[in-house]
Amino acid sequence: MSRAPLLEIRDLEVVFDTAAGAVQAVGGVSLDVHEGECVALVGESGSGKTQAMLAGLGLLAGNGRAQGSVRFAGQELIGTDEAALRDVRGTGIALLSQDPMSSLTPHLRIETQLVELLLDRGLATRAEARERALEALREVDIPDPAARLRQYPHELSGGMRQRVALAIALMGRPRLLLADEPTTALDVSVQARVLDLLANVRANGLGLLLVTHDLGVVAGLADRVAVMYAGRLVEVAPVDELFAAPRHPYTAALLAAVPRLRGDDGGRLSAIPGTPPRPGEPVAGCAFAPRCAHAVQACRDGRPVLRGLEPGTGVTVACHRPLAIEAQPA
Amino acid sequence: MSAAPSLLQVDGVSVRYPLRRGMPGTRERTVDALREVSIAIPRGGRLGIVGESGSGKSTLARVVLGLRRADAGRVLWDGEVVDYGDAARLQGLRRDMQVVFQDPFGSLDPRMTAGAAVTEALQALRGPVRREAARMRVLQAFDEVGLAPALADRYPHELSGGQCQRVAIARATIARPRLLVCDEAVSALDVSVQAQIVNLLHDLSERHGMALLFISHNLAVVRYLCDRVAVLHRGRVVEQGSLITVFEQPRDEYTRMLLAAVPEPDPALARRRASR
Repeated sequence: MSRAPLLEIRDLEVVFDTAAGAVQAVGGVSLDVHEGECVALVGESGSGKTQAMLAGLGLLAGNGRAQGSVRFAGQELIGTDEAALRDVRGTGIALLSQDPMSSLTPHLRIETQLVELLLDRGLATRAEARERALEALREVDIPDPAARLRQYPHELSGGMRQRVALAIALMGRPRLLLADEPTTALDVSVQARVLDLLANVRANGLGLLLVTHDLGVVAGLADRVAVMYAGRLVEVAPVDELFAAPRHPYTAALLAAVPRLRGDDGGRLSAIPGTPPRPGEPVAGCAFAPRCAHAVQACRDGRPVLRGLEPGTGVTVACHRPLAIEAQPA
Repeated sequence: MSAAPSLLQVDGVSVRYPLRRGMPGTRERTVDALREVSIAIPRGGRLGIVGESGSGKSTLARVVLGLRRADAGRVLWDGEVVDYGDAARLQGLRRDMQVVFQDPFGSLDPRMTAGAAVTEALQALRGPVRREAARMRVLQAFDEVGLAPALADRYPHELSGGQCQRVAIARATIARPRLLVCDEAVSALDVSVQAQIVNLLHDLSERHGMALLFISHNLAVVRYLCDRVAVLHRGRVVEQGSLITVFEQPRDEYTRMLLAAVPEPDPALARRRASR
């Protein structure tokens, strides 16, 4: 890559101090997001995907600690003081969370929530901020934006709330949007519109880090996919590569477990036996080995590191026995 | 026709919920949660009910289970009209008709071990059982839902979401119900665990001829579990039929929209759809 990445995560580690001792939620995560690129961070609950995303913004819970490096446009965020982080949040990096009902403030009008950032930072006059708010609502296809400005969150439908939340996130003209399960709480019929809007956001040159468990959403939006398991990245690949020829057995098993509307006989779903290790549970070797059909002794002895496979494919995988390409249908 | 009656038949059921109360003396406004809904499940059949939030699918489950009175219409069990006010008949129906809900933690008593929870269900439905016989029966139920016997001593917070849902299924199926109502029973689970539970429900249904009323917002899941499907939209059944007919040749506009909106895990397909 010629240009420096917008977001550069290196050897990120997140540890929580709990009554039962220190629990590592994220270990050794390195990942880049470029301008105009959508990277999906995929994993099941407890995989550490959300914590990895929040760590850079300094938004971990009080008992959480982040180590390693998260650089945004060259600026180190880990260990930075709160004032510097505040300058980045909103105008550099914005966050879109899963549940618009809890990300919006129930007793404030939509207008107040839209203009808050610009007025607080002294970036615009009230009149300018209001103009920008109307423009932001139009960008997310909200009909009759002037009327919406006067409304409260409870007066909007779930899909409209999430679009308003997106408009709020875009008010500060951020360069990077972190979206945490942005469609999970929505009905399928409104999901599609939010996904289209996120595709527009990326087309406008923003970097997009999409955190999700939903591989259907990933397929439609992501350029590259990073798969997490038990706090670590197991595979990073361009979206077509990942879906057509997953190299990590966990990625392959996860893809096979997704129920589909077509493409198979609808017979039996291919399940992954067992459960992931609990956070904090000591793991020797590969965390997926106990559930992996391909595991050998080496997998239980030593933890595999993320490494490039074939040059030029952009695929990296942390596996002692990655699946061969020739075994995959073309 | 002299065919055997359906196991469960819902016949023209309507349910109205009151909205916010207006001024005194004004007429109370209502919203129709179900409008003349009719569905039927034969013995051992598996019917999927799909719909988005607010479609009325959970209200339908509540009516069938007797947790909510229907404002119009009736429910027939084995061809006979169910009187949900008849306590004695209801006890028998409870044995025949069980339910698994969405939240695997919330549906278990946090102070009760997994083994005690399943034992309680057995005794509530079958009456007093001798201790040793109950223990055998509970361990057998654990085995059937894929739980290790050692987990019987664990409390819900010591179990994973998938394990909790297996306990809930063991509780619901230990008295061999003829119908299992599943209200978003796999929706809160991770994909890899969801697949295990879908397969488990399918196996239990096949093995014991247990019918399923499987309520879900996820159309794709229904495809792996049900033989028939009904699509609910704003309290109305807009389409129902065999799985293949509804999924391959949907007649209703809403069904077609719903099927088209499901994000499929296939990048090429997603791009084709986006460029359309």
